[in-house]
Amino acid sequence: MYIIVVGGGRVGYYLIKALLDEGHEVLLVEREATICGAINDELGSVCLRGDGCEAATLAEVGTDRADMLIAVTGDDEDNLVACQVAKHKFNVPRTVARIRNPKNETLFKKLGVDITISSTDIILESIETEVPTHPLTHLLTIRDKGLEIVEVKIPPESTTVGKLVKELSLPPGSVLSLIIRKERKPVVPTVNTVLRAGDQVIAVTTPESEEALRATLRGA
Amino acid sequence: MKVVIMGCGRVGAQLANLLDADGHSVAVLDTNSYSFRRLLPDFNGTALVGNGIDEEALKRAGIEETDAFVAVTQGDNRNVMAAQIAKHIFNVPRVICRIYDPLRQELYSTLGLEAISPTTVFAEILREKLES
Repeated sequence: MYIIVVGGGRVGYYLIKALLDEGHEVLLVEREATICGAINDELGSVCLRGDGCEAATLAEVGTDRADMLIAVTGDDEDNLVACQVAKHKFNVPRTVARIRNPKNETLFKKLGVDITISSTDIILESIETEVPTHPLTHLLTIRDKGLEIVEVKIPPESTTVGKLVKELSLPPGSVLSLIIRKERKPVVPTVNTVLRAGDQVIAVTTPESEEALRATLRGA
Repeated sequence: MKVVIMGCGRVGAQLANLLDADGHSVAVLDTNSYSFRRLLPDFNGTALVGNGIDEEALKRAGIEETDAFVAVTQGDNRNVMAAQIAKHIFNVPRVICRIYDPLRQELYSTLGLEAISPTTVFAEILREKLES
């Protein structure tokens, strides 16, 4: 794949290193001459000095044949514009933007950015996973279907311990997909499966039903 | 009419003063309160410190009820992004932004944004003057 990375900060630097290792054809666009020079000295001619938001620069690096453009500068607005120019002027099939403000995700998607990556959200998600007090963890979001896959842990004091799955009144749009038992054994739940203390229930749900699902599974 | 202006530099401030004098309700947004010194002493509008690419700041400036939004900060990309937020998120009826880079202005004009490149406009004025 031919991948163009815009922004030679730390994220951009480690990103092109990893992509080069994977055997991709990679080009980095960076505004600062000193950063460019240092990267080229270390990694060979992989960095072009220029403004990755400018159509002229992107034309120079052959963006029309790029499979992907990844914008990882520190500014959301620059990442947006680089992706929009790549998408609308050069028809790049996949554009990826790093965002600082998680609220920009909706806007960016609306404006032709295919993938947004919010470091703030990623850190938040890790906290949810790592901190055991959090009763419900988001594992995966299926955005175009409006669904999410979540994990709910059943604590020993929960009133639902010992109940059958069919005795639970699950909120609309929610399906229990998998139960991971203490002994790490995964079980596909049926209506007659009994909930046990320490179960990790993996379920498909909607953002609206999420809270109701948590309450149903752990007992109010 | 209600107008929100993002960027209180020379152009933003002058536009704010003019519209205010014409009796319009004007709100000016800038990241630096020092920029508000450019507003006339009898300016009747609101001046707010805030970043125009942040939805919260735009809401505080009254973007939800405004008739027009103008983005004239020094950054082309910030203007482009703010203008698109105003247009696509808040459905502001009239949105105008400044884009210095003529190529970028061309692209965003084709994408349906009302964008003016002072570079192009000024170069044309100069040419006209020299050739006449």
